[in-house]
Amino acid sequence: MKEKSSVFSRFGDKKNRGRLMSFALVIIAYIAVEVLLKTGSLGSMFSSLLVPITCYVVAAIGLNLNVGISGELNLGQAGFMSVGAFCGICVSGILAGSITAGIPRLIIAIICGAVLAAVFGFLIGIPVLKLQGDYLAIVTLAFGQIIKSIFMNAYIGIDTEGLHFSFVESNFKLQPGGKMLLNGPMGATGTQKIANFTIGTVLVIVALLVVYNLMFSRSGRAIMAARDNRIAAESVGIPISRTKMLAFVTSAALAGAAGALYGLNYSTLVPNKFDFNTSILILVYVVLGGLGNMTGTIISTVVLILLPELLRSLQDYRMLIYAVVLILIMLVTNNEWLMTKWKSLFSGKAKGGA
Amino acid sequence: MADNTDKNVKAPVLDVQDLGIDFGGLTAVNDLNMQVYDGEIVGLIGPNGAGKTTVFNLLTKVYKPTRGKIYFDGKDTAGKSVVDINKAGIARTFQNIRLFGNLTVLDNVKTGFHNVIPYSPITAILRLPKYFTSEKEINEKAMDLLKIMELDKYADYKASNLPYGAQRRLEIARALATNPKLLLLDEPAAGMNPQETAELMDMIRFVRDHFKIAVLLIEHDMKLVMGICERITVLNYGMMLAQGTPEEIQSNPEVIKAYLGD
Repeated sequence: MKEKSSVFSRFGDKKNRGRLMSFALVIIAYIAVEVLLKTGSLGSMFSSLLVPITCYVVAAIGLNLNVGISGELNLGQAGFMSVGAFCGICVSGILAGSITAGIPRLIIAIICGAVLAAVFGFLIGIPVLKLQGDYLAIVTLAFGQIIKSIFMNAYIGIDTEGLHFSFVESNFKLQPGGKMLLNGPMGATGTQKIANFTIGTVLVIVALLVVYNLMFSRSGRAIMAARDNRIAAESVGIPISRTKMLAFVTSAALAGAAGALYGLNYSTLVPNKFDFNTSILILVYVVLGGLGNMTGTIISTVVLILLPELLRSLQDYRMLIYAVVLILIMLVTNNEWLMTKWKSLFSGKAKGGA
Repeated sequence: MADNTDKNVKAPVLDVQDLGIDFGGLTAVNDLNMQVYDGEIVGLIGPNGAGKTTVFNLLTKVYKPTRGKIYFDGKDTAGKSVVDINKAGIARTFQNIRLFGNLTVLDNVKTGFHNVIPYSPITAILRLPKYFTSEKEINEKAMDLLKIMELDKYADYKASNLPYGAQRRLEIARALATNPKLLLLDEPAAGMNPQETAELMDMIRFVRDHFKIAVLLIEHDMKLVMGICERITVLNYGMMLAQGTPEEIQSNPEVIKAYLGD
């Protein structure tokens, strides 16, 4: 039995360890940041990045479910974030009169953002997930562009007569005292900032719970089976499109929730913020963190958001260094010699402990 | 002969009538008639390219037949999907092994319970009590299947890391998890050594008796086919060449000609 353990990788234990590690990581990071905040040793630049980091972590965890676990390329995660963001901003704006407390309003906004993004995901998924191949990548790419254009031309406002909506600026009139929620290319302005880091961390934990609970269940096994071998999955009675839809809609919902939190963290938000580059950036977090590896995704997201800020002093060379670091990380993580060294270090420790 | 008349009174589990399929101008299977009865082990043999795997793909609805009918459990299967036919009770393995390579051996078997022990994704995400009772049942039943297939010691290993023979047995375990009435095995002994093949024969017999299912198998290993099949259908160029007991098939001049040439 002992020789066999060394020949085959023990896979079951590794999965559980990874799950516990990601929760521990989030909680330790949260406590560390809170301590630094209380002692005032965290710069204003870093403290302003805290909520955006949690937003991108949630969106990246969602995308990893879609790309890593389900194996379908999605190039429009920012599009789902923008749906969630502007939905969340509108909901928060509408409810501002009736619910004055920030936290309940924020939670309602996040849920609404997640639901609306999930609905969009579902509608896109109906035709696309029946097909095999890279169609989802093409359609989500287009979705990201279309949704940006829609928000750039949408005017939504609220006044005493109720909610107003138009795609033509000249048709749009509000009663005096009315409030503009979404102002075309100007985006959302004058949003009440109700997001905070604690809620962001809670959202990260919720996202991890949703993804892990799904992964280690009947549905999760079906999603991974459909990814590994479509024909075999069908032969054991797994409906492929419905299974892929579940992963895609969950991923969209998480992006929507992340977007709502993001939108309510700024007083001004332009639709251009969620463009194709943002989608690719989230995909880079996922690929660099490792497909299907949630802990890796969290780490890579945090590092890749902080890195450009840390390199700010280098001014013009900033993005150059950023690119070099990206390439170096890829080289190191794909280096077999280094990985075996790393692994033997860990297994050596485990043996000593036992 | 008394046994045979007894079977004719009973309705067959699988009843194939005048089945045929054309790919463009090529007729891959034509005028195939065959029956499989409850608890029977039937062999489907023939030279390479005779259309044996095509028959499996027709039975499991991967291909839609051009002509003919397939009745399973007395019901016409026309218009059913691959997923429907599995739910109805036909499970299969593949000639070129198709496992879920990144999943553990245990999880591979667990996927087979997808429609046998179902619960919703919401139940999973919220970890409702039903999740725990269902998962416990799935886990126990999956481990039982692994024990039958002598794979329990590999339960935690990645499926793609298994030795070849074990991978074939894992496919059978996964197919059995779907609770079939009819099991289709596509070359289960391919790549196995004589000892492994002998063990596999015992396993197939045990599975048939234990789960009370019918087995239809494609195989080139004549020792296995003649050893465990109660009836054999021989295909050549997509047409049925002969049908009968192993003794009848072995002495059939048409069959010998098809295998050895003139």
